[in-house]
Amino acid sequence: MKYLEEFANPELAHKLLAEIADTVTKPWAIMEVCGGQTHSIIRHGIDQLLPGEVELIHGPGCPVCVTPVESIDRAVQIARRPDVIFCSFGDMLRVPGSHGDLFSVRAAGGDVRVVYSPLDAVDIANDNPDKEVVFFAVGFETTAPANAMAVHQAHGRGLTNFSVLVSHVLVPPAIEAIMTSPDVRVNAFLAAGHVCSVMGTRQYEPIAAMYNVPIVVTGFEPLDVLDGIRRAVAQLESGRAEVENAYERAVRSDGNEIARQMLDEVFEVTDRAWRGIGSIPASGWQLRDQYQDFDAAIRFEVDHLSVEESTACRSGEVLQGLIKPNECEEFGTTCTPRHPLGATMVSSEGACAAYYRYRRLDEPVSHG
Amino acid sequence: MVELGSCPLPFRDYDKVTIAHGGGGVLTQELIQKLFIPAFGDAAADATPTDAATLAVGAGRIAFTTDSYVVRPLFFPGGDIGQLSVHGTVNDLAMAGAQPLALSTAFVLEEGLEMGVLHRIATSMGAAATAAGVGLVTGDTKVVDAGLADGMYITTAGVGVIPDGVDLRPERVVPGDAVILSGTIGRHGTAVMSVREGLEFGTELVSDSAPLNGLVESMLSVCPDIHALRDLTRGGMAAALCEIAEIASVGVRYVEAAVPVPPEVDAACGFLGLDPIHVANEGRLVAFAPAEEAEALVVEMPQHELGADAVIIGEVTEENAGVVTARTALGTHRIVDQPLGEQLPRIC
Amino acid sequence: MCLGVPGRIVDTHVEHGTPMATVDFGGVTKNVCLAYTPDAVAGEYVIIHAGFAISLLDEEAAMASLDLFEEIGLVESRPLVDEEVES
Repeated sequence: MKYLEEFANPELAHKLLAEIADTVTKPWAIMEVCGGQTHSIIRHGIDQLLPGEVELIHGPGCPVCVTPVESIDRAVQIARRPDVIFCSFGDMLRVPGSHGDLFSVRAAGGDVRVVYSPLDAVDIANDNPDKEVVFFAVGFETTAPANAMAVHQAHGRGLTNFSVLVSHVLVPPAIEAIMTSPDVRVNAFLAAGHVCSVMGTRQYEPIAAMYNVPIVVTGFEPLDVLDGIRRAVAQLESGRAEVENAYERAVRSDGNEIARQMLDEVFEVTDRAWRGIGSIPASGWQLRDQYQDFDAAIRFEVDHLSVEESTACRSGEVLQGLIKPNECEEFGTTCTPRHPLGATMVSSEGACAAYYRYRRLDEPVSHG
Repeated sequence: MVELGSCPLPFRDYDKVTIAHGGGGVLTQELIQKLFIPAFGDAAADATPTDAATLAVGAGRIAFTTDSYVVRPLFFPGGDIGQLSVHGTVNDLAMAGAQPLALSTAFVLEEGLEMGVLHRIATSMGAAATAAGVGLVTGDTKVVDAGLADGMYITTAGVGVIPDGVDLRPERVVPGDAVILSGTIGRHGTAVMSVREGLEFGTELVSDSAPLNGLVESMLSVCPDIHALRDLTRGGMAAALCEIAEIASVGVRYVEAAVPVPPEVDAACGFLGLDPIHVANEGRLVAFAPAEEAEALVVEMPQHELGADAVIIGEVTEENAGVVTARTALGTHRIVDQPLGEQLPRIC
Repeated sequence: MCLGVPGRIVDTHVEHGTPMATVDFGGVTKNVCLAYTPDAVAGEYVIIHAGFAISLLDEEAAMASLDLFEEIGLVESRPLVDEEVES
């Protein structure tokens, strides 16, 4: 496909790798914030090619990983209602809550549907006027405009049987939370390209300045990720800490102004709990007052949520690069991809799940 | 309720059957190994991990298999449930090296199904069976209440005769074997997804559903010593390779760039967030054969329409037993997993 | 997070007052929402996420990036990293 294949060119990838190897002189820990970047790194084995000095830490940018258990439990409760058609992106169906996932709701007779776009859920509401249609609005800044449009359109179409269960999270507060952790060992960030397509790059400038940390916005193809690493290493080696845009074909400094206007109309900032990390102030979005009629959390009162989360799980430390997954006592014993205790084992691209998969090799490949 | 013993999977996760248990991935395997086989007890002593069982009859051997077909919608680009129910069972027999002798057909029909639809599907089954050279010799029909069966379900069973000297079993796969793929991957699953409610997308692509017995016959004619064959169905090429690697306790290593993926499959997987190696096929196989005979096979296979794009994609290794690895375009190796269950579009 | 794929706009239309487009991903087409890139026209590339065009793809910037990667190799020519990486 055009604009994908060109950015996976092996010859150019090796040129970028050679440049990284030439530049680096000391060990650096670089966190790729976004699960999409992690996917690319694992899918193409990019970590296997980097010089030993460059360590990649898989960050918290994956809604499967960080959507709090409480939100999953609430989704499961609502989806169980016989009057509800519960719509979700495919990602969320296998994420375990305290007592089961959305798949088990479907197995128990619940009407749980996978949609490609939030607008599909609006159409389902239109076609099923005798049912309540609830959409699970998860994701980062990239996904929020789509979900905001669904609410806006349902409002415009006068659909009273549509609502959204909102659990949106924001990248910059998470980066700040990581940088203010006492044991922080992240030297640079690869920021999430598609988040910046929406939000722009300006909001990262104060963070780079305050914490003296390079932030490079990257795309998701192998060359994009490698160019991001190359630029981050160059900054670190020369003592710079700037925001750089290495994804210029899709990211403008102001982002997408029309999308941001829609976000501002529908959502307002709120505190949000992150699975494995805990509550981060002003790190999420919720519906504004004038859209509260569309808030599934209000429309469906859910009582007696007994949220159970493992206390043994150290995924928060893994997400911040403080420990390696296999340094956790539960790793591979009580915690496996089938029985995940925490976020990083839930997602197939979570750091723990990736480690788990690669230890099956006779000579496990290193992960930075 | 089955005594769970020391192997609580998958019941610890799910106290009810989920759709993923029928996805052909890890959960389906667990259902078989941890529920059916123990529950059947002694009766399952001769159960086979492959899609068809081999039975000694007099001096010869027959292959015996059964499969149920549930597909939504009933008609999809390039096929329908009836044709699928013939091809799938013929292919299960073919993977044991058998030429199909006869099929049975059992229908579960939903009350209210249009007679015209049933006629179209029955006609399609007849044509598919004739083309595969097999008879539809017995059957059964049941009707369930409206709303219970997505229109219809079909179960077919088949028997076939295994020629002398042919012994296709995953256990025969050994380090050094070549891994041969018969053609492009992912067409059936992509074609079905393109018309599935809620996912619809436009494409000219049609299913690869086809009977493989003719291709297998010509393959065995040039290389009777093929060690194992596997048709690629649910779970895609990845599931087929992983199953062989596990059963034979060998490593399987293939080269990504060697695997032919139609651009439409690549594109659909791109925007849905799926991997083509996990997407379903209904007319493709992988063969494990002694390396010295692999060249002869990939010369012979394109003589047959269904083997037009046959290619050696990799090899069997002693190291990394039970694991499938793929060599990427960047020269790295990645681990190829069995899909857990149903393939779902994702946003992250 | 945030799977985004480039696609080429084939045609544009309006549904429920919202601008929409048929986008070609290379042999498959999908109906996507164009509300956030309303100025995009047929023939242009957009990045699609969850059925929405979130950004117009700047083709010149894409070419400039690839040119930059080419130049990196020219400035300093080094042998490629060993091609065979054993697992």
